[in-house]
Amino acid sequence: MSAHSALPAELARGPAPRSLKRRPGVAERLLEGSIRAVALISIAAILLIFVFVGKEALPLLTSSDVHREVTLGTLFGAGSRSGDTAFAWQPVSTVPKYSVWPLVVGSLKVTLVSLAFAVPLAVGAAVYVSEYAPARMREVVKPAIELLAGVPSVVIGFFALIVLATWVQRAFGTEHRLNALVAGLGLSFAICPIVFSVSEDALRAVPRSYREAALAMGSTRAQAVLRVVLPAAAPGIAASIVLGFGRAVGETMIVVIASGNAALLDASLGHSTRTITATIAQELGEVVMGSAHYSVLFALGAMLFVATFVVNLVGERIVHGIRRKLGTVS
Amino acid sequence: MSAAAPPRRLVGTVRHGDRALQTVTLGSVVLILAMLVVLLGDVALGGARTLTWEFLTAAPRDGMTAGGVFPAIFGTVALTLLMTLAAVPAGVATAIYLTEFASTESRLARLIRVSVSNLAGVPSIVFGLFGLGFFIATVGKAIDGVAFGGQPTYGKPCLLWSSLTLAILTLPVVVVATEEAILAVPRELRDGSLALGATRMQTILRVVLPEAMGGILTGTILAVSRGAGEVAPILFTGVAYYLPYLPSHLNDPFMSLGYHVYVLATQSPDVDRTKPLLYGTALVLLILTFLLNLAAIWIRSRTRRHSRAAA
Repeated sequence: MSAHSALPAELARGPAPRSLKRRPGVAERLLEGSIRAVALISIAAILLIFVFVGKEALPLLTSSDVHREVTLGTLFGAGSRSGDTAFAWQPVSTVPKYSVWPLVVGSLKVTLVSLAFAVPLAVGAAVYVSEYAPARMREVVKPAIELLAGVPSVVIGFFALIVLATWVQRAFGTEHRLNALVAGLGLSFAICPIVFSVSEDALRAVPRSYREAALAMGSTRAQAVLRVVLPAAAPGIAASIVLGFGRAVGETMIVVIASGNAALLDASLGHSTRTITATIAQELGEVVMGSAHYSVLFALGAMLFVATFVVNLVGERIVHGIRRKLGTVS
Repeated sequence: MSAAAPPRRLVGTVRHGDRALQTVTLGSVVLILAMLVVLLGDVALGGARTLTWEFLTAAPRDGMTAGGVFPAIFGTVALTLLMTLAAVPAGVATAIYLTEFASTESRLARLIRVSVSNLAGVPSIVFGLFGLGFFIATVGKAIDGVAFGGQPTYGKPCLLWSSLTLAILTLPVVVVATEEAILAVPRELRDGSLALGATRMQTILRVVLPEAMGGILTGTILAVSRGAGEVAPILFTGVAYYLPYLPSHLNDPFMSLGYHVYVLATQSPDVDRTKPLLYGTALVLLILTFLLNLAAIWIRSRTRRHSRAAA
């Protein structure tokens, strides 16, 4: 298929047809040129995002005005302060304190909760859909999970705020009503569809012959799935988790509504927590353009951009390999 | 044979395990579907009573504790419409380039593909920062300096910058759907067109694109649905908490359904009085995105079947 689709373009470009063909007019060449130019937008967008988010964060490195309040050292280090305020995020106190650690820990807590919940569920569902489900059921389940992916995150956040928070508090008697657990559970609604669809692709990309060979050698279907199909699909399932992680770390509206937003540095899931994304969303609206606080928030954004960029690059690379395999197998 | 007995027992225990795996994995399917049903059901039941004609056509009153959400619906529609005008031509052009112009080994095409898939993974809040730093603080300020004598006209959050920010965010959705649709167009159609003496551009415009229309439409609908639900990218680029008027210019701020849900959920002075409005707004947003998604899934399954039948 892929070899064929390259042909017509080559035929059109080859010397013989050109002599037969009407020469394209000015309008046509203009259109072709603009299509070529517009196609570069996505590359430009990635570069511009990097440059302009970085540009607003730059004063953190260069401006002495900003350095009176915050430097890279105080942002990432323990600083010279000790005790309670050593790792504090209190940008609007009389002595502003900027330490990323409460936010990084908050993001990781929420993300890990969501993955702990979503990964087993989504991978399990992918195994069922690819290995057991009758075709008709598959045609219902896959679009249904796609629909879940289409629910706006602000609506999931709202649902977590009203419903999940009540359930969690009733079940665990958590200290704060809005906390890392509630936000993580809410997030898992958004993560499940990604992990599911990438895992399901990976499982379907395992050649039929693997399963047949396992069954022919006397293994049961469960053995074939657990010992042959799942190991063969492991890279793809790993990619699904990586992509889910990237999505979870970057998700904003669910956590800003459901996490409670207190920048506490602790490991408790029952405590209110504040993520990197929620911090940007809540604070950027109220800062003065060009202030130290403003630069720090852009620096958080740049950090987030670079982290998710790397994570996605790794995930996409694996997925790309699987898609190619899937194309030749099916 | 002494070996005959053990395998039988093995088969017995293993069959048990076979069922167990099937049951457990079926359980996770059921649980995910249950999550979907509970989420949709809760919003639907909670919002149904609020969803009246007045709610859809009136503006908020009494400090957002009464009235309707019409300005938010209007703003969301205006926002996604402008976004579509920018994202669809750009996305379709990118897809045409990738499928019709570039060879698969081309380094540029590969770079574009990597950019598109990475763009899809950039956190939505980073798009918000980008919109503020690039469109407002740089492009908008420059326009003001050149055309309005430094008067802040475009160098402030507004409808235009929000929709352009969203257009970049939804670009990958359009590219992926269009590319898939163009690749599904049979090669014979192109060959036939070229053999009849059409130029490459004529072939693309009159043969390939009409055939791929279903996929382009799917991509557009999915992009609109995604754009309508996003809040983080518009937070600092143009959305307003409350506006007494509807936006009529590109440089007006606007209200949006998603932001309205966020505001009502987090900044309400009187939670019990706003709760019905909150549910109602969430339901309107959900219905909007839901219908769009269903339409996209339906069109896609139809066009897929169609192209399979044709092949």
